[in-house]
Amino acid sequence: MNAADNAWVLASSALVLLMTPGLAMFYGGMTRSKNVLSTMMHSFFLMGLASIVWMFWGFSLAFAPDAIKGYVGGLQFFALAGVGGEPWPDTTIPTTTFMIFQCMFAVITPALISGAFAERMKFSSFIVFMVLWLTFVYSPVCHWVWGPGGWLAELGALDFAGGTVVHINSAAAALACALIVGKRKGYGTAPMIPHNLTLTLLGAGLLWFGWFGFNAGSALSADESAAMAFVVTHMATAAAAMSWVFAEWIIRGKPTTLGVASGAVAGLVAITPAAGFVGPVSAVLLGAVAGVVCYLAVLAKSRLGYDDSLDVVGIHGVGGTWGAIATGLFASKAIGGTDGLFFGNAAQMGPQIIAVAAVIVYSFVVSAIILYVIKAVMGLRVTEEDEETGVDTSAHGETGYNL
Amino acid sequence: MKKIEVIIKPFKLDDVKEALSSVGIHGMTVTEVKGFGRQKGHKEIYRGAEYLVDFLPKIKVEMVVSSELVDQVIEKVIAAARTGSIGDGKIFVMPVETVVRIRTGERDLDAL
Repeated sequence: MNAADNAWVLASSALVLLMTPGLAMFYGGMTRSKNVLSTMMHSFFLMGLASIVWMFWGFSLAFAPDAIKGYVGGLQFFALAGVGGEPWPDTTIPTTTFMIFQCMFAVITPALISGAFAERMKFSSFIVFMVLWLTFVYSPVCHWVWGPGGWLAELGALDFAGGTVVHINSAAAALACALIVGKRKGYGTAPMIPHNLTLTLLGAGLLWFGWFGFNAGSALSADESAAMAFVVTHMATAAAAMSWVFAEWIIRGKPTTLGVASGAVAGLVAITPAAGFVGPVSAVLLGAVAGVVCYLAVLAKSRLGYDDSLDVVGIHGVGGTWGAIATGLFASKAIGGTDGLFFGNAAQMGPQIIAVAAVIVYSFVVSAIILYVIKAVMGLRVTEEDEETGVDTSAHGETGYNL
Repeated sequence: MKKIEVIIKPFKLDDVKEALSSVGIHGMTVTEVKGFGRQKGHKEIYRGAEYLVDFLPKIKVEMVVSSELVDQVIEKVIAAARTGSIGDGKIFVMPVETVVRIRTGERDLDAL
């Protein structure tokens, strides 16, 4: 065990936890004021729910030795049995530290999905969906990529900090939610204007801050790999925040604060799989493209006709996919030990594309099945009247602002 | 006595208040309001989605003055609040029957 590595990963775990309340603010500000609390509740409640699921069986399904070859772990680590001070394989940190670091990822990933069904999901159905999703989607996909013997890892797909596991995974589930839960009442006709963009900006700032733990912490050591991951995370995000703003300035005439916040998040998403594998100049290019591509994806949403309320697909899906592919393009042996297409290794593109496609298909299909079952058994939405009143009052008996 | 209601652009409030003090008006009620007239609304864009916002923020200033001051007040308000562009606002004048100062019970002009 290396004390410096352990200290860094523990500190990173706390940083990653802070992303979830940051996300609550980022999302909460974008909803209408009558739904701010219910939206923030999704993220905050998951800090409880996902942690408990993770401790009892999520970590085991994701990280125990194969129960089904390459697909999912067994239940050897149920309730953290045998998870202690022994170093996690190939690292110098205790397994306990590795477990709690991964726990924070299991918290934020389902929270990301909540942007797709904000302002209309029934809270009890939300809880059931999340327990099933963590069990049947998150934990297996986590095993594929990072678990011992995971099939995507064996294939050689590069995913430093969770581009596929966290972002593509949550976005594919978000698309299923947007389609199956259905549009908000009045979507497309009634104005659905973000009620507090100051909250959104502060939330984006906390995400940016916490993401250093997410990406640089994923080195699982306090070494040069963590340092470079930290640097490229920052530079890609800086480029993306600006490129989104310039793109919307050119296309729609005004540089907006929601644009700078969204661009920053798009950059953070896109650099996530690439963080330990690319250099700073590549990161700036990767980020700059992410800002523009995600902006265009969000613009395209209104033509596609589904109501992904807070653009989980446009930012995490498109940004995550771009990041995974860009990792195959920009990876450099000098940084992370593997070359990408631009450094003469075209073969890296194959595993990257397979990883993206596999996670999209698996997550979308299994999420859809879970949603249809819940819809049949208990329904997914609040009543029309409750939706009109606002979910804060109807489901939680509170209002965000008493002035 | 007349009640004068003035709707103005928010950034003109200080100018209007000073202009009114200069003709001896020392009491007024100010409210932040929203509305539209010929100026219509404006467009707001959030992540590319455009919304027409009908109601624009304005300031409503209300005061009650003796009848002979009305023309002077109108003149001062126009001078202070006019920018010449659409959306400068309106002035409404209406009769007032009685004014009572709650603290002393004084009535009408004594109560202003």
